[in-house]
Amino acid sequence: MATTTMTAPPPPARRSLTPEQLERFGEEMDAIRQRLLSELGERDANYIRGVIRAQRGLEAAGRGLLWAGVFPPAWLAGTAALSLSKILDNMEIGHNVMHGQYEWMNDPKLSGKQFEWDTACPADQWRHSHNYMHHTYTNIVGKDRDIGYGVLRMSEEQPWTPYYLGNPVWAALLATFFQYGVALHDLEVERVISGEVSAAEKRGLRKGIWQKVRRQTLKDYVLFPALSGPFFIFPLAGNATANLVRNLWAFTIIFCGHFPEGTEEFSEEETADETRGEWYYRQILGSANLSGGRLFHILSGNLSFQIEHHLFPDLPANRYAEISTEVQETCERYGLPYNVGPLRKQFGSVVRKICRLALPG
Amino acid sequence: MSPLLNRPRRHRLLDTFAGPHGIDGYLEQINPLFVTGECRAEVVAIERGTEESITLTLRPNRVWRGLRAGQFVQVAVEIDGVRHRRCYSPASIEGRRPELELTVKRHPGGLVSTFLTERAQVGMVVGLSQADGDFHLPTRRPGSVLLIGGGSGITPLIAILRTLLAEGHPGPVALLYYTPDPAGTIYREELESLAARHPSFQLARSYTRAPGAGELDGHFSPRHLPQAGPCFAEAETFVCGPAALVDAVRGTWANGLERRLHVESFVPPTLAPLGEPGEGTIRFLDSDLELDNSGAPLLEQAEGAGIEAEFGCRMGICHTCTRRKVSGTHKNLITGEVSAAPDEEIQLCVSAALGDLAVEL
Repeated sequence: MATTTMTAPPPPARRSLTPEQLERFGEEMDAIRQRLLSELGERDANYIRGVIRAQRGLEAAGRGLLWAGVFPPAWLAGTAALSLSKILDNMEIGHNVMHGQYEWMNDPKLSGKQFEWDTACPADQWRHSHNYMHHTYTNIVGKDRDIGYGVLRMSEEQPWTPYYLGNPVWAALLATFFQYGVALHDLEVERVISGEVSAAEKRGLRKGIWQKVRRQTLKDYVLFPALSGPFFIFPLAGNATANLVRNLWAFTIIFCGHFPEGTEEFSEEETADETRGEWYYRQILGSANLSGGRLFHILSGNLSFQIEHHLFPDLPANRYAEISTEVQETCERYGLPYNVGPLRKQFGSVVRKICRLALPG
Repeated sequence: MSPLLNRPRRHRLLDTFAGPHGIDGYLEQINPLFVTGECRAEVVAIERGTEESITLTLRPNRVWRGLRAGQFVQVAVEIDGVRHRRCYSPASIEGRRPELELTVKRHPGGLVSTFLTERAQVGMVVGLSQADGDFHLPTRRPGSVLLIGGGSGITPLIAILRTLLAEGHPGPVALLYYTPDPAGTIYREELESLAARHPSFQLARSYTRAPGAGELDGHFSPRHLPQAGPCFAEAETFVCGPAALVDAVRGTWANGLERRLHVESFVPPTLAPLGEPGEGTIRFLDSDLELDNSGAPLLEQAEGAGIEAEFGCRMGICHTCTRRKVSGTHKNLITGEVSAAPDEEIQLCVSAALGDLAVEL
């Protein structure tokens, strides 16, 4: 995909470091990584097992309460428990385990390549589109499909077309059906439509998505509701609500990772022969953090530490909080921005960007 | 697939209900032994035999399919968050009760043996493989049996001996047992009592560092065989111990007697020798390929050999190329970390072999 000439002038920080500075910056980041790796142990194992235990408990409780969902308090509590279960499963467990963050434990159940999660997207396709494409080519317009997911205009560097007048509407639809948006991610539907990729090439992916979506649908919308007999509508509505809550929450957190005001995009040309230091540099400039309490961080899958996550995507996320001070301090020393703010502020600026980019320019 | 993950039983409907984590994902939260797709065992008794050894009684869960006297199992324990697997030969009587008796002797610097001898306690749950190995009593019991054991290689022989004596085996059974000194000799008292109670059992010991203390002196020699009784030449012979013992016995059993010789090579867990980056042979097990190690990252060497290996970022972050190293020492080219541990997941794109290495690719 060609980049356009509509690029805004580069912000002052961009390319402000000399190659030597970038190399030293990379070495400092590598040192943090290595220190963290050497510290991993029982504490991290207990942490992730604890989160899994909480998730399985919440899910069992949620399903049980929704079975009796004809009673309003049971419906409310069950829907809340199942929503939390799906959020934990997808974010703090699924996303992080599939990054290989716990592979050092040598436990097949926590192996990044074997984990499957409670959402429509098949885990193997996610590993390709996310771990490889998004994390390697973060914020490179034309390569990182997380910029707008193929349906939204999230960067000035994406050429405007009248289709983008609907940007806010498409964003609201994507948020509502986020699990399906993620599931279809690797299909690159818009590139199939434009003829860049042949539909036949994607046959295997389509089959994988269909099988996973069918299993998930059967479970949430047929099997569990059927257990309630004539009151099937209550678990059905509860399950749909839990999926919706998870969709909206995941969309909100994920869009706050790379699109708040101040995050930058890159072109394929300027990132062609990147050094390790430059790669780290791009991760910092392209990511934004959310401030909040411990529970908020856990429910966001620690994607609230998006900067740390992008620097060290395969290190256990429960460690991001403790290295964030050091990362921020290092950024300050090199004059690099460290974009952090509360959810309200960051998401507000994302919404403004979605609306602004509906129009040309 | 890991041998510890036995093929899960298929409960299709139940699996859809419990998807994507499967019924075991919930059962193990109630009790880790309740899993249906993985063999695990609980330590139900411990006994410290000598200062350097511990005898564990394990009660496997319902996945366990039993063992024949002489076979080995793999036991997995978690130490500081990292799962380690080791082979042990249970000393239990075949077909009696499902309990397994494992005697673990501490090796200097041995991570798992040190952990088990110091920290094992009743109630601990360990991973277990199904029993494996061709070194076991034939179903049609042989008339006379000669057992030759060295050090902790005695354990499968104890299983065979106990099984035969418990069955009231009519023929003669003899054991030649080689250990450094009486104090560190496991099963010493039991063997003496068995020899006293069973006239058909002939026990002859050699303490290689305490001449005169046993019935024999020095390392194995054909001169020791008459001590085993008159019929050793026709006996079905089982030998297990260090390589030197096994080699000496093999040399004696040449010239047509090999048919009657069953050998279990017992190799204490030592670290793989540390080679240089450009040394040794790399074995790609799934592709059945061997090549001289060039010192380059394993992914590049695999591709050079024509293997279509899955890969992504090629910089050690996405874990697409992660594969299981079965043996050998590798160096992580990013962190500089060197690991000689067998059976661990490694990232091929940033790992180089130091000497011989085998990987599942």
